[in-house]
Amino acid sequence: MIHFEHVHKRYPNGREALSDVTLNVSDGEMVFLTGHSGAGKSTVLKLIALIDRPSRGRVIVNHQNISGVSRRRIPAFRRQIGVVFQDHKLLHDRPVFDNVALPLIISGMRRRELDKRVRAALDQVGLLGKENVAPLELSTGEQQRVGIARAVVSKPLVLIADEPTGNLDPELALEIMRVFRRLNDVGVTVMVATHDLHVVDHFGLRRIALDHGRVAENDDEAGYAG
Amino acid sequence: MPDSITAPSRPRIATARRGPLEFLGAYIERHAQTFVASLGRMTRQPFATLMTIAVIGIALALPLCLDLLVDNVRAATGTWGGAVELSVYFKPDVKLAKAEQLASALRQRSGIASVDVIAADEALKEFREFSGFGPALDALTDNPLPHALVIRPSPDRVASPSHIDALRRYLQNWPEVDLVQVDTEWVERLQSILDVARRLLLLAAVLLGAGVIVIVGNTIRLDIENRRTEIEVTKLVGGSDAFVRRPFLYSGFWYGLGGSLLAWGLVTLGIHLLEAPVNRLAGLYGSSFKLVGLDPRMTAILLAAGAILGWLGSWLATARHLRAIEPTA
Repeated sequence: MIHFEHVHKRYPNGREALSDVTLNVSDGEMVFLTGHSGAGKSTVLKLIALIDRPSRGRVIVNHQNISGVSRRRIPAFRRQIGVVFQDHKLLHDRPVFDNVALPLIISGMRRRELDKRVRAALDQVGLLGKENVAPLELSTGEQQRVGIARAVVSKPLVLIADEPTGNLDPELALEIMRVFRRLNDVGVTVMVATHDLHVVDHFGLRRIALDHGRVAENDDEAGYAG
Repeated sequence: MPDSITAPSRPRIATARRGPLEFLGAYIERHAQTFVASLGRMTRQPFATLMTIAVIGIALALPLCLDLLVDNVRAATGTWGGAVELSVYFKPDVKLAKAEQLASALRQRSGIASVDVIAADEALKEFREFSGFGPALDALTDNPLPHALVIRPSPDRVASPSHIDALRRYLQNWPEVDLVQVDTEWVERLQSILDVARRLLLLAAVLLGAGVIVIVGNTIRLDIENRRTEIEVTKLVGGSDAFVRRPFLYSGFWYGLGGSLLAWGLVTLGIHLLEAPVNRLAGLYGSSFKLVGLDPRMTAILLAAGAILGWLGSWLATARHLRAIEPTA
């Protein structure tokens, strides 16, 4: 589902964010992308969401080579993947419902169906009943769950998350990860970037560790290990 | 395929399974929603919105005033039609009875307000009184003046030189007529002045229209800056350029429409304030002139022009600035 082949990413300032990264995530799998800050976790996610383009190498997401996705096709491509950000990226001028509904409004869904889907997504993250609350009235953990609901409301096949538990205490962090786990149980391919090893150990899922832009450890030795 | 077990089949994109009618419904719903939402957003910043609309309104009111001025001058010259006269001098052998007969025939024609017969004796008497040549005229044995007609065209025709010229040629062809004199010079001059005014009006309209585009463009540019986060997030979750642009286009539309409504209000108010003094003035000149206001056609043109200019200004601003905002998360 997510496939990197000898991917390099060099930024204009000369920093090499990724060097020869090869990794693979199968359909319906959930993996952790670990490594301390600056190891290249965010860069991997940015390449998947087409926020950035690789300098060299191939990235294949949902059976599409992303280098073939033109600028005009990027929006349609992004609608196939859900993205969760460390800083939530919620819009504070509108209630929770409107935040979660945004991807559906973009794809042109009608009001009746949209209502059902937004409620279902909020239910999945345990926030049903908070539709009309302003995001800033929620706790950080709840805001993050709104961000997750928005990422999954259009039922993407791939969900990527960048340090979703970065600002949360261990108990809340586990709770957020359980939400991802439940989504993975219903078939969504999930990739979570985190430096929180406590959380990673708790779930015992496959981990891909990055160090200075290289793959340092990949449990999936049989497959596409770099 | 093992894939179908791990990844249960479901619509990949929400729009996947919809009929054309459903699609149209969603399309209209989406546009209507954005249409109203962009108006709602503007009312949340009433002061800034009103400032923009005021500038647009004044810019649109100026050419509108010029247009009404031209219209009114044209209408006013129509009611001063008495000033344009044709003098028809008959040949010396034409009898007064014949002249009167021709005059009454003329009165039946359309486009003629009045026909006065000036008998030769009367004309001589008048001439003697006003010219100061009294004693010299006494030396004449008979009246050298012919009978004459004074014709006033109807007011609605007076501003048309071609009509007056046609009338002159018609009269000139009568066998009894010696000479037809018309003073159309001032009508022609007025026409030229109105032509210049109309050209000025066109120039002013083009310049101020461009001004409206710039005003709206700049307002939308600031709006885009203020909503940077929203634009980034929308693009991150898959909003296309068209989707991101739409609310700004509608805002531009509302600004333009609001501005043209204000221009309409300003001009209507101006007409209302001028009406009484102008009527008094016209009354002093014995004219039935009434100030011409905005007719429905002109109002429709104004509103459409405002809305289109606003839309255009915001189109230019979004084309220029939206592309530059890309998520960097």
